[in-house]
Amino acid sequence: MAIADIRQRPGVLLGAAILLHVVLISAQVNTNSGLPILQVVTFGSFSEVQRATSGVIDGVRGLWSGYVALRQVQTENAALKQELQHLQVLLQQERAEAQRADNLRQLLELHERAEIETTAAEVIAGPASPDFKTVTIDKGSSEGLQTDMAVISSAGVVGRVILPSRRASKVQLLIDRNAAAGALIERTRVQGVVVGVGDGTLRLQYVPGTSDVKTGDLVVTSGIDGIYPKGFVIGTIDHAERGVGEYHEIGVRPAVDFSRLEEVLIVKTPPASRGVTEGPK
Amino acid sequence: MRSAAALAAILIALAAQTTLAGFVFRGGTAIDLVLIVVVYVAIKSGPVTGLLAGTVAGLIQDALASGILGIGGLAKTIVGFLSGVLGSQFIVTAPLPRFLLLLMATALHALIFIGLYELLNLRQFPAPYPYIVGQAFGNAFVGVVAFQLIEWFPGFVDRRRAGRFLKR
Repeated sequence: MAIADIRQRPGVLLGAAILLHVVLISAQVNTNSGLPILQVVTFGSFSEVQRATSGVIDGVRGLWSGYVALRQVQTENAALKQELQHLQVLLQQERAEAQRADNLRQLLELHERAEIETTAAEVIAGPASPDFKTVTIDKGSSEGLQTDMAVISSAGVVGRVILPSRRASKVQLLIDRNAAAGALIERTRVQGVVVGVGDGTLRLQYVPGTSDVKTGDLVVTSGIDGIYPKGFVIGTIDHAERGVGEYHEIGVRPAVDFSRLEEVLIVKTPPASRGVTEGPK
Repeated sequence: MRSAAALAAILIALAAQTTLAGFVFRGGTAIDLVLIVVVYVAIKSGPVTGLLAGTVAGLIQDALASGILGIGGLAKTIVGFLSGVLGSQFIVTAPLPRFLLLLMATALHALIFIGLYELLNLRQFPAPYPYIVGQAFGNAFVGVVAFQLIEWFPGFVDRRRAGRFLKR
């Protein structure tokens, strides 16, 4: 009876719904108590649905491409791709380490080498809303993943873990509007901050207008943010203009193709224990 | 029964949004499948069901995304309600009115969503208009095609069954 009465008064129901939402939004905006419990619980349970859906889709795709279309070649190709990905990451690591070794030699400081411990994960879902650039991966806190762990791929930096549940984690991509990373231009070693624009591109901010910046320059992580290890590729400079203020306006094309992200590596080594992987102390 | 069907449609849209949308709409096209379902439920079932569908879908989507819980919910609640009102006041069975309704619904949703984030200084949306226009046309096109398919399919199955029966 009561439900029927409410249905006869949609205006009252709309008012109540709006009030509920306003109270809900206010409660979150005014507090800094970390992640809302509802968000964690919803994400944790729905990630299982995403895992199942992704499993079914992967199964169908795998059945088609692995057996129906190309029986042997697809399997071999997948293995080679995985190997290539690992090698590309190692190459990036070596490249970054070589650069750092030069710097360290100049400073006559010799630190012990510290390996970056990574774990591979598969992307099982994309963003729930097109306004947020996030993905869900199939590894969570049970595999040792924590908030703010860096996520990389063979091409470069992908993003960071923002919400680990037990068996899945949400990763904020570097192209999200709220994402940022300490960066430097590899050729000139000028530092800045890379931020996501939201349309799939990046912007390099706080680069002094007097510094030398060219289109095509490689932008790598600087390591000062304490999340991303130093020397990993972010992208290349797409355009650079002398800004109105004292800084350049620089657009960066990401090295990673975020629309084709399937497998990623999570850097499990905490920033404080990365040793040489961090910038010079 | 109708509420259960609406809830199932929302969950399917969410699963499709998070798993299939990335494969189908490569290149950053921001189709909001959940919003399309909310509008469909609203024009089929009226403002109250549209409102409830919008609230549920928006809150779940907010919880799964990394934003503020309630902003997407509020946007979808209002869109669901107004779509239901329009659906009950006007005839929106032809593709063109549905296309226009989806265009307006997406624009209103983006206005509330982006407006609240900007108002509360939580996220910056530099030059949002091309993005909104692209999303509105994308949603409208995908929505109209999906609506037509959903309504065409049961009739198609019935006709096939009738055809087989007559052949015998």
